[in-house]
Amino acid sequence: MPDRKSPFTRREFIASSALVGAASLAMPSILRAQGAGVKLGILHPVSGALSYSGTQGRLGATLAIEEINAAGGIKGLGKIDPLLGDALSTPEGGTAEVEKMNSAGVAAIVGGYASAVCLAVSQAASRYDLPYVVDVGVADSIVTRGLKNTFRFGPGFGVIAKTALENLAAINDAAGKPAKTVMIVHEDSLFGSGLAKLLNAQLPAHGFQILETIPHPTPTRDFNNVVLKIKAQNPDLVIPADYYNEYVLLARTMQQQKVKPKGIYSVLGGAASSYKFVKEFPEAAKYIMDCNHWFDPRNPKALALKKKVEDKGQFYTYEVYMNYSCVMLVADALARAGSADRAKLTAALESSTFSGHVMPYGPTKFVNGQNQGAAPVNTQVLDNDIKVVLPANFAQAKPVFPMPA
Amino acid sequence: MFSPVILITAILNGLLTGAVYALVALGLTLIYGVLHIINFAHGALLSAALFAAFFAFHLLGLDPYLAALLIAPIFFGFGYALQRLIIGPVSHGDDRNMLLVTLGLSVVIENVLLYAFRADTRTIDLPYAFQTIDLGFTFLPIPRLIGFCLVFAVALVLWAIMRRTDVGKAIRAVAKEKLGAQLAGIDVAHIYAITFGLGTACVAIAACLLIPTYYVNPTVGDAFVLIAFTIVVLGGMGSVPGALVGGLLIGVVESLSGLFLGESLGQIGIFLIFIAVLLVRPTGLFGARA
Repeated sequence: MPDRKSPFTRREFIASSALVGAASLAMPSILRAQGAGVKLGILHPVSGALSYSGTQGRLGATLAIEEINAAGGIKGLGKIDPLLGDALSTPEGGTAEVEKMNSAGVAAIVGGYASAVCLAVSQAASRYDLPYVVDVGVADSIVTRGLKNTFRFGPGFGVIAKTALENLAAINDAAGKPAKTVMIVHEDSLFGSGLAKLLNAQLPAHGFQILETIPHPTPTRDFNNVVLKIKAQNPDLVIPADYYNEYVLLARTMQQQKVKPKGIYSVLGGAASSYKFVKEFPEAAKYIMDCNHWFDPRNPKALALKKKVEDKGQFYTYEVYMNYSCVMLVADALARAGSADRAKLTAALESSTFSGHVMPYGPTKFVNGQNQGAAPVNTQVLDNDIKVVLPANFAQAKPVFPMPA
Repeated sequence: MFSPVILITAILNGLLTGAVYALVALGLTLIYGVLHIINFAHGALLSAALFAAFFAFHLLGLDPYLAALLIAPIFFGFGYALQRLIIGPVSHGDDRNMLLVTLGLSVVIENVLLYAFRADTRTIDLPYAFQTIDLGFTFLPIPRLIGFCLVFAVALVLWAIMRRTDVGKAIRAVAKEKLGAQLAGIDVAHIYAITFGLGTACVAIAACLLIPTYYVNPTVGDAFVLIAFTIVVLGGMGSVPGALVGGLLIGVVESLSGLFLGESLGQIGIFLIFIAVLLVRPTGLFGARA
């Protein structure tokens, strides 16, 4: 008999390492606010990998609800009673919350954030004809599956990529076409890979040559090798498509390794249009351009909300104002439907012309669940602030391109 | 396909990253080697230590490298208390219970961090964070270079403690023969707690070396702990030099496979080497017999 001091064998040790994953499965919870009125499901990934975005989304939604309730609630229906759910950053987590929210009798669900969660949630909600308003999820398949209950207030992938490419070409042309070669750095899930595929298909048509496309997982602990490759090929443009943490690490490593392309142009860049990034790393963020969700800088309501969020010590990220707008949209539909009945609410959303939101979309108009006016804008980090540079009718500044040395 | 400059730089990067992996694994291997505890709370403790380093910088203005002198003893005490007051008593001497207790602890620690600090990602901006040494063909980031040197210093101190002090002798005695050590008058519960404390202190130092170039959020430790588990098995469970060499090796392999196979497949290299070592040398590179 071998001398065994421990009941663990190596095999057990390795097998049980898999349990590490189990540690991340926290208990889902539905927190219920008090009071009668209309129940509204607010569903975000507030734990797990996407928890920062989810928490920001929840903040935007609850701010809208507080505002509505402070003004007396929805006419004829009373105050909104929010049911806050945690999608755990997984599709299954989202689906489980839909079941709970449905049994609790919510009138509608708002949120989802990640495309994969939105896809699962929309499907689960459709079984109960439960109206679902997608806050962010950009995958086009969310609204192209013919689900009557699903409405997306923001723009989808196709529109974003098209706008991003047209604006990039316009900026480059206006500067005398200094950029010819491109490298794409993207995270390798649905969002980054899908975007990279689109860019690879469409950039050559706009006169750009793609030198290399580099995928990486989320999280990535070290970007030195990626930056090494960029340095070796010396492209005119670097296009990152990453979530926040990786985006910041990439930009910091580029600064550290003194890699300065003519431009950094991101599409839905995780940090490129984030006040947090600009505040914490002003040097690394300088002149970065992004095509992303953004509030209407001319709308006083959007600016008032910005102040409110910043007074709370939080950053005014797109999750906040998109969720705020989505809840306002649902509240408007509820008021017009005059009832929390799901069929009536769905009909009211279908015919919505709501314009009391804070996005640069104009009046809402849903066709097959997609808001037709929804579009991204181009921003650039200028003077330690984020300015809208395109489209011209919203622009606060002219794009600075190529980046000054 | 890649020029020698890129290859050499990638290897250097791998060594710099691997050193930090090694320090995280050092704590893990110590706890396993002596206590036979598979410490699932290791990643959560790393997250907690990163938060400690973050707040030491923001609230006390302490440079992370100086903060290590404060945070490491605090985490030693924390680790000691965890083992003495929670893990030891709750497990009733059954190793399987210990595993579940540490798993539970990791959930508790992560969620306490989440509750206290939200899921927000935080970074610190040091004046020297972007300074580099110009080698002519590449730039080596100074904070990571400092980290690399400090890891060796910590490993040396740890080795000296294990080899040259009475406590170290007692730890080794307990690891080898618990009952015998008890009969010889060694306070086994105390030695257990000291070992857990030392492992936790290693994690605290690793956190101080990481924070200048990395970020912190409540689940950030998970990204390191799976790698650390691999290093522990690769280097030989309970072996200090094994963790060090294993960490550096994993760092270089990850870097090179990332370069050749792409970052998404970079982890494949690690696990291929891992499987190969287990096939050829199942006790790990520096492991003694089981």
